[in-house]
Parts: sequence; structure tokens; C-alpha cells
Amino acid sequence: MNNTSEIKLTVDEIWAILDTIPDPEVPAISIVELGVIRKVKIENNIVTVNITPTYSGCPATERFKQDIRDFLKIEGIENIELIMQYSPAWTTNWLTDVAKEKLREYGIAPPIDGTEDKGFLFQSGPKIVPCVKCNSEDTEVTSQFGSTACKALYKCNNCLEPFEYFKCI
Amino acid sequence: MTENENLIHYLFRLGDNSLILGQRLAEWCSKGPTLEEDVALTNISLDNFGQARMIFSHLAEIEGKGKTEDDYAFKRNERQFYNALIVERPNGHFGNTIGRSFLFDAFQYHFYKELTKSKNEFLAALAAKSLKEVQYHIRHSGEWVVRLGDGTQESKEKIQESINDLWEYTGDMFDTDSKIDALIEEGIAPDYNLIKNNWIKTVEEVLYRATLKKPEDGYMQTGSLDGRHSEFLGHLLGDMQYLQRAYPKAEW
Repeated sequence: MNNTSEIKLTVDEIWAILDTIPDPEVPAISIVELGVIRKVKIENNIVTVNITPTYSGCPATERFKQDIRDFLKIEGIENIELIMQYSPAWTTNWLTDVAKEKLREYGIAPPIDGTEDKGFLFQSGPKIVPCVKCNSEDTEVTSQFGSTACKALYKCNNCLEPFEYFKCI
Repeated sequence: MTENENLIHYLFRLGDNSLILGQRLAEWCSKGPTLEEDVALTNISLDNFGQARMIFSHLAEIEGKGKTEDDYAFKRNERQFYNALIVERPNGHFGNTIGRSFLFDAFQYHFYKELTKSKNEFLAALAAKSLKEVQYHIRHSGEWVVRLGDGTQESKEKIQESINDLWEYTGDMFDTDSKIDALIEEGIAPDYNLIKNNWIKTVEEVLYRATLKKPEDGYMQTGSLDGRHSEFLGHLLGDMQYLQRAYPKAEW
């Protein structure tokens, strides 16, 4: 399976390709915007991509590893090495402002402040997560765990919309 | 050689803790008391499986016997498991599950917090990553203990009984053996006395808020580091390993 044809793309061009791969669970943003791609390197005709998973059990990780291979294959790149990089651990701080806005438009409230809650045992103060539909601040958490590992469930007391919140880690 | 043996033993301990608790919580799938709670328990299960996968993948690398993470999960017998006894306790009713999660999550939180300082690069990275997840776990189980303890007369009696019954399995979480002691000496494994002190403080704080009593320390069950378990682990493995045992190499 060794494809020895020379890689003609630059590192920047590979970043641009990766930026077209949607997150499998939150397709509004790309895996680059999600911040899971940490490094791209071309050496000895091999493309190496360092990936940091969001949550250790996130099933999407397997999916976007395959997507990276598939998308690069279209460009004729088959010598790919994917490295799982666990340190530093992924944090919601790596989401760009643009990505946060895209999340909001998609209907998922983006992480507030981008920092994790300090009081580990009980939430230090009620965190205000504005409603994604009506922007009301009168919202409440229904569960800290949602449809995917990275989201919590909220509901708006003003317009009654249930929505998801991308929680801080 | 011995150095590696110690680390391998320790990785089994850590991986099995996460794997077995993950399996227990997964048993709640579709049986949770509410939809949100069903989703919460299985999300926490998934975090645990993720941590176990990280650990077993690394273990496969350093053991160098060509095994995969699945071999460790599906092809070992109960005497080859080294998880703390508390995680294999049956789910029982919701309060039993919450009591077990709370006592263990509080341990995991303080354990991972100390492990971030490990001189072993992998363990430090694993700890930093897992700590973020476990923080949500302890908050989840801790809040439930308060709700149940400070709830109705019935919920209070039930959660108190769960905590009392589980207490004799808590000592085993902090047990070490000569291999782990060697790792502590080298700054690879954390100091379990320190973790125990921090754990007690957290447990006391939550029980106080929950208007519950901390059980008296009495006889503590031991043996997990030698692979000696309760009768419940075998049944759990029967369930978890059935497919790979019956249809070896079956894949999704």
C-alpha cells in the first residue's frame, strides 16, 4: 500500500484540507476549529498529524481519524501517520471565537468564559448560559450530561426552548 | 525489567478500576430512573471506558507482547483483574449506585489530582486529562448524595444504608503492595496516605451537607491487588466478555 509519489502539498495546505472536515457530532464546526488537531508535519514523504481527543471516551475520535485519512487520500496522500497526543489535555479554551459563534448559530450554547468551574464539588455560583433562541438569561440546567460527552442540557424559562450547552473542561 | 513489571502491574490496577466501573454504569443503559439520569450514568461510563482504553493501549505498548486493549478487557479471568473491590459491587437500587460512585469518584478525583505530578510522562498526561472528566463525575454523585440524604425519610434511610454497606470496601482503594510502594518511592505513583486524607475531607463535607452520618471505620475487605475478588466480578465478566469468548475476534 506504500504510495511513494511525492507529497506536493505544503503544511498550510494540509491544514486547510483538515479545516474542511466537519466534527462528526457537531458538524457546524471543523475539527481544526474544535482544536483537536495539534500539529501537522511533512517529513520523508509522510504526513504526521497529532490529535488530542476532547474526552477520552469520545467515539467521534475514531470517526475523524478515518475522515482525516479519507480527505487526504482524495488529494493523493496515503502515507499518513496519526499520533494521539494526550498532553496537554484538550480544553474548551482552544475553541476559537469564530467557532463559538458557529456553535451558537447551530443551536448549541458555547462554553462561557472558556474556563472550567473552579469549585470542584459544588458549583461555586450559578453560571448564566443565555438561551440560544431568545438570548434570555433566565435559563436552568436540566442535566450536566447530554447527548454527547461534551454537552450539558439546559432549558430556557422564558421561551421554554430546551438546548445544549458545550460545557467547559 | 522489574521496573517495567511494577509499572505494568500498576497500569492493570488503574485500567481495571475504570473498566469495571464503566461496565457497571453501562448496565444502567435504558434503565435509568429518568432519561437525563440514564444519559448521565452512561456518559460517565463512557468516560471510564475512554480512560481504560488509554491505559490499556499504553500497557500494550510497554508490555510489547503484541496484545491489544481488547485482549486485556476480554481475555483475562477474574484472578487476573486488579480493580479495587468497590467498583465491582452490584448496582443494586439507584442509591447503591450513587453511593458507590460517590465514594469512588471522590477517590478518583484526589488520586488523579496527585497523579498529575507523576514523574512518568504518560501517567501525568492521563491524570491531567481524566481529572477534568472526574470533576464532573464527583459533582454528579456528590449532588445526588445531598439530594437523597437531605430528601425524604425513605431516601435518607436508603442512601445512609448504601454508604454504610459500602464502607468496608473503601479501605481497599488505598491499598498498596511492594510493587506500588516501589513506584511511590520513585515518584511515579502518588502517596496514598495523602489521597486518603483528602478523600476523607471530601466525604465528610458531602455527608455533612447531606445530613448523613459517616460510618465508623471497622473491618476492611482487602485482596484486590492479589486478584482476589468478590463473587460479583465473575458474573460481571461473564456478561462483558461473552461475545469475545463465544465468537473470538468478532469485530464491529
